[in-house]
Amino acid sequence: MGSTITEKILAKHCNQDTVSPGQLINADIDVIMCHDVTTTPALTMLEEKGLTEIARPDSIVVIPDHFVPNKDIKSADMVARIRRWVKANQIQKFYDLGRHGVCHGILPEQGHVAPGLTIIGADSHTCTHGALGAFSTGIGSTDLAAAIATGKLWFKVPESILFNLKGKLPEGVYSKDVILEIITRIGVDGALYKAMEFRGELIDSLSIEARMTICNMAIEAGGKSGIIEADDKTLAYLNGRYKGEFEVVTSDPDAEYSKTYDIDVSALEPVVSFPHLPSNGKKISEIREDVKLDQAYLGSCTNGRIEDLRIAAEILKGRKCHPETRMIVVPATTDIWKQASKEGLIDIFMEAGATVTAATCGACLGGHNGILAAGEKCISSTNRNFVGRMGSPKSEVYLGSPATVAASAIAGQITDPRKYLQ
Amino acid sequence: MCAKAHVYRRDHINTDEIIPARYLNDDTEAALAKHAMEDLDVNFIKTVAQGDFVIAGEDFGCGSSREHAVWALRGAGVKVVVADSFARIFYRNCLNNGFLAIECKGLSQKVDSGDEMEIDVTNSVLTNKTKGKEYRFIPLPQFALDIIEAGGLLDYVGKK
Repeated sequence: MGSTITEKILAKHCNQDTVSPGQLINADIDVIMCHDVTTTPALTMLEEKGLTEIARPDSIVVIPDHFVPNKDIKSADMVARIRRWVKANQIQKFYDLGRHGVCHGILPEQGHVAPGLTIIGADSHTCTHGALGAFSTGIGSTDLAAAIATGKLWFKVPESILFNLKGKLPEGVYSKDVILEIITRIGVDGALYKAMEFRGELIDSLSIEARMTICNMAIEAGGKSGIIEADDKTLAYLNGRYKGEFEVVTSDPDAEYSKTYDIDVSALEPVVSFPHLPSNGKKISEIREDVKLDQAYLGSCTNGRIEDLRIAAEILKGRKCHPETRMIVVPATTDIWKQASKEGLIDIFMEAGATVTAATCGACLGGHNGILAAGEKCISSTNRNFVGRMGSPKSEVYLGSPATVAASAIAGQITDPRKYLQ
Repeated sequence: MCAKAHVYRRDHINTDEIIPARYLNDDTEAALAKHAMEDLDVNFIKTVAQGDFVIAGEDFGCGSSREHAVWALRGAGVKVVVADSFARIFYRNCLNNGFLAIECKGLSQKVDSGDEMEIDVTNSVLTNKTKGKEYRFIPLPQFALDIIEAGGLLDYVGKK
């Protein structure tokens, strides 16, 4: 019996020939990602336990992103403390304001992700980085502290689910629609504890950024990780970014999967997930009611990359946001911001009546930078629409692709983006 | 002291509901405890007492990795969360804190809020003293018991 890509990466990182699902292992961790909200508690724990030595400072990447630029005094204190820790321990990979961004935007963009690595982050969307063929998973603050101190972390080797994605996407339909459709089919715990492995004609046709959107939302199906084998596109993306050595790992033809889904996307439509679960997806043609919008939000680790901004700008160019719908654009990283500016995308957004802010997780998690009032409705390119996720527990979040967000901002209500792409 | 059940017959209770992000600029247990379960049930914090049980359906603790969810519940006095199943990161976080997360299918349908509860970890039995019923749960794996015994993951790895 062969092994999956996930099993092979984990086996290599615990010095075993093979590992099996269910097995408990203590794995070496190549990359440890820290952000503001979950890292400060880890620092407290490490101090309390006297575990102040970092096992491998080189493995640590620090990216404050949730409440930056600092939203209040307590948040400022948190980042100030992280800054002191970074300095005291001479951590080199630190992305402070000015070169900052949403952690899952920065990590691959700045060359910290490569195939075959083990990556953990104290953030649930760390599964994003599986798009480059790495094992990458979200953990909590205690796990983070343990990994910082020991360079290792315990895992139960997950079973894998295989998603064979066939066909090519029709115009106006994007990888966000694909992952919302998958989550709607299998449910928010449809992949609980499992590695979600994506492959097939669709994946081959997608850009690396579009693949990241798919892996990013593995957690919204309960997944431990999302993963896609590296191909020529991956290697081209890594060229000039990743400085170290790496090994491309692939699944054996006779690897065992706990389940296999064959999904043809050729006839897929834009999908919008209604409150209050990502699995409440509806095909755009099936939405009968008018959902009037107070806000349209484009950004986040799911869909705040340059391609997402280009897609939205194509629709917004020469058009105006609805007078009763505020649009907020949050490029995910500083470099994305710069690129968008060079390409004239920022002008297009501003001319359309949108506002463009500094990179931050911000309103995606109801932190700051675009919080919703009671009764307000928002279409968002983000990943969660839980109760109160973007502000008031009485507000509503609808999830869609960047194209759907842009089109809906213009119409002032949830709208099929294909209307503006003809 | 009698431990009371707080029953939520719902699946997918997420960590945003357990502790909303607006309170994540403070990671002290006392500060977080004041807002435990706020976006799910504003009355929870008024009725919860030391040693109480939270009992819910499938996929408890899904969503954000914030360990603050465990600290908010523990700070509010909760001793055990029993659910049909747990989301992965929340479960790790419970274990790593030496906090009891117990899988027991269907318990939220059999227990009512206010019922007096007891847990016997060694024998994997939950007792509903109000209804005079016992329920067996999936025993915690030895690895989990070792971490709990050590007082949490950091003490466990510290000892090793």
